[in-house]
Amino acid sequence: MTQLKEKLLSSFIAFEDQKDIDSYVHGIRTKAIKTFEKEGFPTKKLENWKYTSLKKTLNYDYKLFPSETKALEFKDIKKYLIDDVESYKIIFVDGKYSSHLSETTHDGMDICILSSALNQTKYDLLIENYFDKISKKDGITSLNTAFSSEGSFIHIPKNVQVDKPIQVIYFSTGKNESVFYQPRNLIIVGENSQVEIIERHQSLSENSVLVNSVSEIYCNARSVVKHYKIQNDKTNASLIDNTFVSQERNSDYSLHTFSLGGELTRNNLSIIQNGERIESTINGITIIGENQHVDHNTLIHHKKPNCNSYQDYKGIFGDNSVGVFNGQVMVEKEAQKTNAFQANNNVLTSDKATINTKPQLEIFADDVKCSHGCTVGQLDQNALFYLRSRGIPEKEATALLMYGFANKVLGSVGIPQVKTRINQIIAKKLGVKIGFDI
Amino acid sequence: MLEIKNLHAKVEEKDILKGVNLEIKSGEIHAIMGPNGSGKSTLASVITGKEEYEMTEGQIVFENENLEDVSPEDRAHKGIFMSFQYPIEIPGVTTTNFIKTAINETRKAQGEKEMSAKDMLQKLREKCDLLDIDQKFLSRSINDGFSGGEKKRNEIFQMAMLEPKLAILDETDSGLDIDALKIVANGVNKLKSKDNAVLVITHYQRLLDHIVPDFVHVLFDGKIVKSGGKELAFELEKKGYDWIKEEIKS
Repeated sequence: MTQLKEKLLSSFIAFEDQKDIDSYVHGIRTKAIKTFEKEGFPTKKLENWKYTSLKKTLNYDYKLFPSETKALEFKDIKKYLIDDVESYKIIFVDGKYSSHLSETTHDGMDICILSSALNQTKYDLLIENYFDKISKKDGITSLNTAFSSEGSFIHIPKNVQVDKPIQVIYFSTGKNESVFYQPRNLIIVGENSQVEIIERHQSLSENSVLVNSVSEIYCNARSVVKHYKIQNDKTNASLIDNTFVSQERNSDYSLHTFSLGGELTRNNLSIIQNGERIESTINGITIIGENQHVDHNTLIHHKKPNCNSYQDYKGIFGDNSVGVFNGQVMVEKEAQKTNAFQANNNVLTSDKATINTKPQLEIFADDVKCSHGCTVGQLDQNALFYLRSRGIPEKEATALLMYGFANKVLGSVGIPQVKTRINQIIAKKLGVKIGFDI
Repeated sequence: MLEIKNLHAKVEEKDILKGVNLEIKSGEIHAIMGPNGSGKSTLASVITGKEEYEMTEGQIVFENENLEDVSPEDRAHKGIFMSFQYPIEIPGVTTTNFIKTAINETRKAQGEKEMSAKDMLQKLREKCDLLDIDQKFLSRSINDGFSGGEKKRNEIFQMAMLEPKLAILDETDSGLDIDALKIVANGVNKLKSKDNAVLVITHYQRLLDHIVPDFVHVLFDGKIVKSGGKELAFELEKKGYDWIKEEIKS
């Protein structure tokens, strides 16, 4: 842990030397590395990290910049894309943008990469207005900020309905080495605009991979943003995802997080409502086994009146897996008529699996409707017998029940091809060949 | 078809069945009546293989095969079906999906190919018509938010789709109004043939007006204490169960 920290601190100077030290971002990076130096990596001593230890994850000998990258062809990555839908694609391989796999645009909007936005003066104003404005200034986010140089840059001006979804995918190939990646996404959606984004981190490597990702998403007035995170990585790949969303009046942001793979996955999600009549919806399906670990740490911050938030996280935990749900809802005094709903339902399919669930409601307004509920249980034995008595074998019956349990969350997915794909991944994960209707 | 010999069973250390003997042949309809707590539903659950019910003595033989250690799904594959007294709600799984899976798993167990989508659809339509069911209900989650009557009708619909050899109807009449009762009974009668059998478990005689039994058995305190023809049901309806209790005492 300390070793990796030292390595990061000492390589920062060399990293920053290659960059333009007069740039606006230089000052931000320099400040950020100081924050990281002071705060370091989070440990279990922090209340928010009580159930998730990075100790093992940080112990690998990571390269901070991959020494080689492998050229990938479309056929190598096809199965990780939602390939049956027209889409824009921003594809990175080993931290570097891959133009031949991507499909970007500057036609009436910018669907491209952060490095080009940082290096071109025409984007200076956007960068100054939006870069690192809503990201948290804790150790792990600051570390990303210090090294932020590449990722997706999506800027949709006002009154644009983006014609097809955008897929942002980060591949890592590290042939002989473990690698630590720090992608940075900046997404700005203008007034009255609409966009759908699918995000994925995928290791193709036999070696350990750690990703510390930061996304800043700005939803301006009346914008609609539908966001999907597909987390189905190899069991030697870990992800710390830090996503910060800022919403203005009448905007609608929804996120589905499908946590179905990976070794350790930590989702830090923070949504701030800055105006009235805002909708925020966050849904999650977590299905893990073996020694996998998934931690959802969410915050919805209601600052203004007449807003809604809805969160529904469901989890199925088998083997020795560990799940954490820490859902914070904060309702400020001014935020009257807030309607906040939170549910976290979990099924443990093994005696050795663990779930730590902790709803945290902090309500300072008096005219609000807030509800929360969390459940932890086993599959309903009566339901299992019912299915078996109809001739469905125990394994398939169990899968069908789990599917039914998770299905409610899939119901709200807006892109049919995403729904089908997640459905397939879940069926495969449960080890059954059931032709599910959706 | 079904032969139950000296069946003893317990639940949570409580003896419920204390020596049941019953034989059902192809083409027959049997009714089991009895007061609350006599063991009627336990008998149904033991035949279908519910694991909380422990057989402590005796035998259940179905089509010349001892059912001891046979799983509930295998019993279903062999042709045993139970219409549940309290059908289970399963949100997130549609009735179509459920029934398709059940049919194809049964076919697989019998070494047959999966049913084609076309045949499946046709069969679904046919059975919906038989039981006067709106096809829209097939795309709803199993029993989720159904009324008592809808749940019971769904049970008989599943029975119609699965075409079992032995259908056990556990208190199917409870929760049904008279019109729904007629539809359900009519469905059961249409599905009845010389190759299958029905075991009706009921508290009241009214269902037996519509599904007419060949034999009526009275279960009392875990044993069949009296058997007869359909007239026995009328007698029970008229006189209640007390006279049987008197008979046993004397």
